[in-house]
Amino acid sequence: MNTGIMFLQQLINGLSLGSIYALIALGYTMVYGIVKLINFAHGDIMMIGAYTAYFVLKAFGTSVTGMAAAFLISMIVCGLLSLVIERFAYRPLRNAPRLNSLITAIAVELILQNAMRVIPFIGPDPRLFPTFAIKNFSIGTVSISNIQLIVIVLSAILMLALNYIVNHTKTGMAMQAVSYDLQASSLMGISVNRTIAFTFALGSVLAAAGGILYAIAYPQIDPLLGYMPGLKAFIAAVLGGIGSVPGAMFGGVILGVAETLTKGFLSSQFADAISFSILIIILLVKPTGIFGKSSHVKV
Amino acid sequence: MKNKNLRNMLILGACSLIVVFAVGMLINFDIIDAYTAQILTLAGINAIMALSVNIICGITGQLSLGQAGFMAIGAYSTIFIANSGVPLPVSIILAGIVTAFFGFLIGFPTLKLEGDYLAIVTLGFGEIIRVVFVNLKKYTGGPNGKQFPTIMTLNPAIAYMVIIGVLVLLIILIQNFIRSTYGRAILAVRDDEIAANSSGISIFRYKMIGFVIASFVAGIGGALYAPFIGFIKPDMASFNKSIDYLIFVVLGGMGSTTGSILASFVLTSLQEFLRFLQNYRLLFYPVILMLVMHFRPQGLLGTKEFSFIKTWEDFPCWKDKILGTLKIKKSEKKGGAE
Amino acid sequence: MSEVKTVLKASDISIVFGGLRAVSNFSCELKANELVGLIGPNGAGKTTVFNMLSGVYRPTEGQISFWDRKDMVKVINKASPAAHNKIGIARTFQNIRLFSKMTVADNVRVALHTSRVVNPFDVLLRTPRFFKDEERMTGEVEQLLDLFKILDKKDELAKNLPYGEQRKLEIVRALASKPQLLLLDEPAAGMNPQETEELMRLIAFIREKFNLTILLIEHDMRLVMGICERIIVLDYGRIIAEGKPEEIQSNPQVIKAYLGEEAVNA
Repeated sequence: MNTGIMFLQQLINGLSLGSIYALIALGYTMVYGIVKLINFAHGDIMMIGAYTAYFVLKAFGTSVTGMAAAFLISMIVCGLLSLVIERFAYRPLRNAPRLNSLITAIAVELILQNAMRVIPFIGPDPRLFPTFAIKNFSIGTVSISNIQLIVIVLSAILMLALNYIVNHTKTGMAMQAVSYDLQASSLMGISVNRTIAFTFALGSVLAAAGGILYAIAYPQIDPLLGYMPGLKAFIAAVLGGIGSVPGAMFGGVILGVAETLTKGFLSSQFADAISFSILIIILLVKPTGIFGKSSHVKV
Repeated sequence: MKNKNLRNMLILGACSLIVVFAVGMLINFDIIDAYTAQILTLAGINAIMALSVNIICGITGQLSLGQAGFMAIGAYSTIFIANSGVPLPVSIILAGIVTAFFGFLIGFPTLKLEGDYLAIVTLGFGEIIRVVFVNLKKYTGGPNGKQFPTIMTLNPAIAYMVIIGVLVLLIILIQNFIRSTYGRAILAVRDDEIAANSSGISIFRYKMIGFVIASFVAGIGGALYAPFIGFIKPDMASFNKSIDYLIFVVLGGMGSTTGSILASFVLTSLQEFLRFLQNYRLLFYPVILMLVMHFRPQGLLGTKEFSFIKTWEDFPCWKDKILGTLKIKKSEKKGGAE
Repeated sequence: MSEVKTVLKASDISIVFGGLRAVSNFSCELKANELVGLIGPNGAGKTTVFNMLSGVYRPTEGQISFWDRKDMVKVINKASPAAHNKIGIARTFQNIRLFSKMTVADNVRVALHTSRVVNPFDVLLRTPRFFKDEERMTGEVEQLLDLFKILDKKDELAKNLPYGEQRKLEIVRALASKPQLLLLDEPAAGMNPQETEELMRLIAFIREKFNLTILLIEHDMRLVMGICERIIVLDYGRIIAEGKPEEIQSNPQVIKAYLGEEAVNA
């Protein structure tokens, strides 16, 4: 197969993977933007989204209504779960040193992961995610599967919806305001608690979708599913500029493409290491990321 | 003044000897069984790793989530060097130095970063190290790991004395370093970088010194781990292991060396104890972590240190207090000073 | 009669922050033992000048030369703040920057780090040289604290000191590094008239005792006019006047900058 064609093919694969990363990266970037917390547990929300969908699909089958139900129920479950986590794990520590919140986030991640491993009807063993028939379409010399199409299209729709919410609704404006200045926002009458809770929920809804799409694309699920994609999505958020919504989308796609190109042309084993290397390089060269702004400290 | 210093050194020397040799002898003569000895020794390794995390936490005020990576470098280096014919003790020290060198390299990009990024970058480096070790099958045996049985694997008394001995030595050296002008320089950088810089202290250099020391300590931890357990795998560098060591530090108190050590011993023993919980054990650590963060964020000891010397100085006070309460008649006794 | 030597010379230094020219063409020459004041309305760029002279910022244009203890001239534009300190420039800060979690004595000890005699082995092995150096440092620290009348607080945490004493401590810390040039950024900020009087005497005293050249930023005109031999006035990042206190007081440009157009005609 000639290199040019393979390159294009990998680009499509990368776009598909990158869209998933973008969906999850959005959750990281919005939460960091608003409360300056790296929500380590976010990757596990994705995992729970996948598992919820698994059980729904097992019950209702993989028809269109089944899938729709899976998405809907999954998103609701993850949204609610993140509200609980925010309320009980993070909110009490909002005024404590940031280090404490970071450690708590790590703790929540471990609790979610290990709880899933321990709960009897879930358990640590991998399960096969219900899939449907794969159909391949050719566009010229490259092919794209129906699954990839669904991933890309659905991600795009969700990101457009998010963009609308963040930029054209009152709640979205509140989110932006709180991320700039929490104190001032509350003085302006914005309910900071509600806005922050909403941000968490919004991110988790996207993560749930991302988890389901990931499970559709890579149908083996286990409780540690969220770990690597979660980390990579975070790297994507940093790459795009943490706190920046377009940055997360952009970063996700770039990272997805970089990873698939590495797997395709170099070696699949080093793909993970490449993602982390990208992180280190971007932090060396432009720590605020592609779309980020640098802040100036007054002496 | 000189006599006080001498006295302090003697107190510490005596305590060290007891902890290392007396207990070691107990193990040797089977008064303490091999199983308990293994737990104590493993706790010693964990304490060394906790020390390493504590140092980074102390100098940067941030978390390092990659110390396990340095431990892996130390472990694999020891095996590599020892298998080339170098005697084990020398291999261990050389492995520490190799790890310190990698710490120096990794420190360059890492220490220039502000804020939470240190946590993520160290995590990244830890994972990179793991992936590299998994893939260098020729040297590392790949994901299946590498065997390295030594005298320490076979003889619990020797393993204990060597590892606890090194732990004690490291504690003393680190304390000496902290309670000196170098230590003050590093603490000043942590407290206010700009003021420290303007007072003549090169920020990057001193952060690097702390980072390299922490890497060295982690390397030594790994270098001792390999010959003790006799077997290592690349996932000893993973994020999860780094979290374990972080938990010891958080629980013990992020500002306290003795806290980290204490927490390491308590938690390592507890892990064995809790075997009956089976898989629910996995929930134990993170739940405790959450509870600590919410209800006692300063951990067990906060920033205080347990001091043998202070205990010795307070001893006459205790002696009198105990005697005083034993006496039937309540007589006025002044608390004994030296 | 030997010429008084120059200690620092700034030649046309400017600094640009993302499109904003904070300081333009600042030039000054500080001679040994001078006590010079730098004044101007808020936002004039005074602290920015200090930051350039102490290495916190790098000037985008111009050159700063410093004559070190051995009278060798060095261009110090690109040097780090730590290098500035080592070569003989020490400073205090507009918003107090003490090591709040360290004791008063340790705050000063930190500044003595560059003068240490020990090496890492002495520290690790606790050689006699280590104890001797620690004793020397303690001695110097206590001497300085005593001079400023805060010796009794030496073991207190710096953050627990009253405001006026915190400002004094910052000056003590700066002095500990044995500078040739001392940059004081608003040393009298927040002080009442009595404290300001005491500070004036202290500054004059340390200039004598430690053979210092002092450049100070101040808003308190009593202090500036009281002890400065020469005053430089800054407005919108430029020098608008320079000269003796009496000259500055009656200079129309200065009056306009501080009090507005009407005041000039009053």
